[in-house]
Amino acid sequence: MTPLIGQYPDATGHFGPYGGRFVGETLMSALLDVEAAWNAVKHDDAFFADFRAMLRDYAARPTPLDHAQRLSAHLGGAQIWLKREDCTHTGAHKINNVVGQGLLARRMGKTRVIAETGAGQHGVATATIAARFGFECKVFMGVEDIRRQAPNVRRMELLGADVIPVTSGTSTLKDAMNEALRYWSAHSADTFYVIGSVAGPHPYPEMVRDFQRVIGDEARAQFFEKTGRHPDLLTACVGGGSNAMGLFYPYLDDPCDMIGAEAAGEGLDTPRHAASICGGSPGELHGAMTYLLQSDEGQIHEAWSISAGLDYPGVGPEHALLHDLKRVRYEGVTDDEALDAFQALCQYEGIIPALESSHALAVAMREAPKRPPGQHILVNLSGRGDKDLDHVLQLLKERRAP
Amino acid sequence: MNRITATFHRLAAENRKALIGYITAGDPDYATSLDILRAAATSGLDILELGVPFSDPTADGDTIQAASQRALRAGMSLSRTLDLAAALRRDTGIPLMLFSYYNPIYKFGLDRLATAAQQAGIDGLLIVDLPPEESAPLRAALEGTGIQIVLLAAPTTRPDRLQMIASKTEGFLYLITRAGTTGEGGLDYDAIRRHAAEVKAVCPVPVCLGFGIRDGNDARRLAPLADGVIVGSALVNLTGADPTATDLPARFAAKIRDLRVGLDNA
Repeated sequence: MTPLIGQYPDATGHFGPYGGRFVGETLMSALLDVEAAWNAVKHDDAFFADFRAMLRDYAARPTPLDHAQRLSAHLGGAQIWLKREDCTHTGAHKINNVVGQGLLARRMGKTRVIAETGAGQHGVATATIAARFGFECKVFMGVEDIRRQAPNVRRMELLGADVIPVTSGTSTLKDAMNEALRYWSAHSADTFYVIGSVAGPHPYPEMVRDFQRVIGDEARAQFFEKTGRHPDLLTACVGGGSNAMGLFYPYLDDPCDMIGAEAAGEGLDTPRHAASICGGSPGELHGAMTYLLQSDEGQIHEAWSISAGLDYPGVGPEHALLHDLKRVRYEGVTDDEALDAFQALCQYEGIIPALESSHALAVAMREAPKRPPGQHILVNLSGRGDKDLDHVLQLLKERRAP
Repeated sequence: MNRITATFHRLAAENRKALIGYITAGDPDYATSLDILRAAATSGLDILELGVPFSDPTADGDTIQAASQRALRAGMSLSRTLDLAAALRRDTGIPLMLFSYYNPIYKFGLDRLATAAQQAGIDGLLIVDLPPEESAPLRAALEGTGIQIVLLAAPTTRPDRLQMIASKTEGFLYLITRAGTTGEGGLDYDAIRRHAAEVKAVCPVPVCLGFGIRDGNDARRLAPLADGVIVGSALVNLTGADPTATDLPARFAAKIRDLRVGLDNA
């Protein structure tokens, strides 16, 4: 089999038929600048030495690899292992990417960073590194999400970021990204756009993957050290898909099964989900060709999920390719299944997971009983669930009172 | 000959500048939009750009975003935009362009679009988020239809890239006057003058200036710098300011006459 690592994207930023750089001419030179800066550092040991040092000292890496023994025993099948991204500074994998992009922005001499955010995790991470590097910071966030994620809005403001309410379109994550792109097109001279996922125009899907692959590189070494082998199955949640690409990428050429957990919301047979691959079709949004939730006329649909971080109507273009190549299987996980997995991890392991990560756990809980105890499933626990407490407690209350 | 190219030949012979109007198709609804477009086509425009409404118009400012939302709520789509074009084409010979984001075009199907656009009497396409590097599939689909692909250049476009765009654009070059999104105002006359001169020096086809042009006075000042001007938000805003007004076609006609007078007195 042809190796997948190092093969994509091609020189023009395409992952097979996906990816590319579909933007207005006003933004093109800004993207060409980012690409030139990225190409100059992507094989530069000194740059990545700075990156790794900051991940170690500031972001608390490496994160642990943790054997979830009680949960595994309860499920009575394969062993479940957790890559503990919830233990990082700011509580999710998002910090890996923003450290990398922050270093690049500083190298490019930019004085301001902007970001889009849905749940607020990427916004908080961007505000965090903006404070650390001394950048001005603007975070675009839909008014609907500002209402749902008030604690993260307060965090960003405390960190010195300017949170810009977005009222256009559906007032959610995709509209926040639209607005960030609009702002960037007027201010690209001094501004760096910190995209939060393996999405958007080239070079972002490649660059964000290469910053997030630290998750998989660490896990692969840690797992091998503990067991002398590789896992049988990897699973991670997929909204835009950065934590999943981060875990999967270093394993692409190993004989491991992989499942990407998409948010199936109230069900793939309803309009209320965020499963772009399982329930969408190819198209172009935010600069890349990929799978999208859209109408027959090519208008983008609003995504729906219990988890604001998965609530995006597109997916990173490399996932679209891995789906077509059948290298990764993408499966829907409903709100209810995610909530069950959330509770199970709390009860059996004393870990409160993010609702996003609970989708990956739900896949592991589905797969473990089907597999013998000698098999191993590695779950990317991409973030912690403190941010979701009020929301989850409310949902559990509604469940008990039909 | 393509109607766009023929129009620029005629204008050059008359020593006049082109007035190009962008109007969001289906805003505020299909029937009113058709009346507006008919009035616009006979009030002094040389080329009419039909804006295909899209849910996520990242290159547009508030005015055209709002117009897209109004049109989408009223059931507008690319196929209905083609219906509108076909209806217009029955009573006017004005060059018609589709101004769209790529996704509605891609989802419609490139080959299907080429045929449907040709049947509807479309003369040119301007796909705002389709740079030349990504346009090979669309070019292949349009081959033999006579439909031109008009490209944009921006103040941020570097010289080597400008050469490439100038050599590939068909019909004319849409030169964006300033950074940022579509909308009225924010024009820096001296910067535009310098930039337009650089672009005209390397561009084998006419160069037209768009973004920020509000009225006849702006048109009069900018006209000498290029071969024409493109007015979008200032027209669309007539609907935005009063979407239920019963005399929208007359308001568009009056605004276009004001722009025309400004342009012809340059």
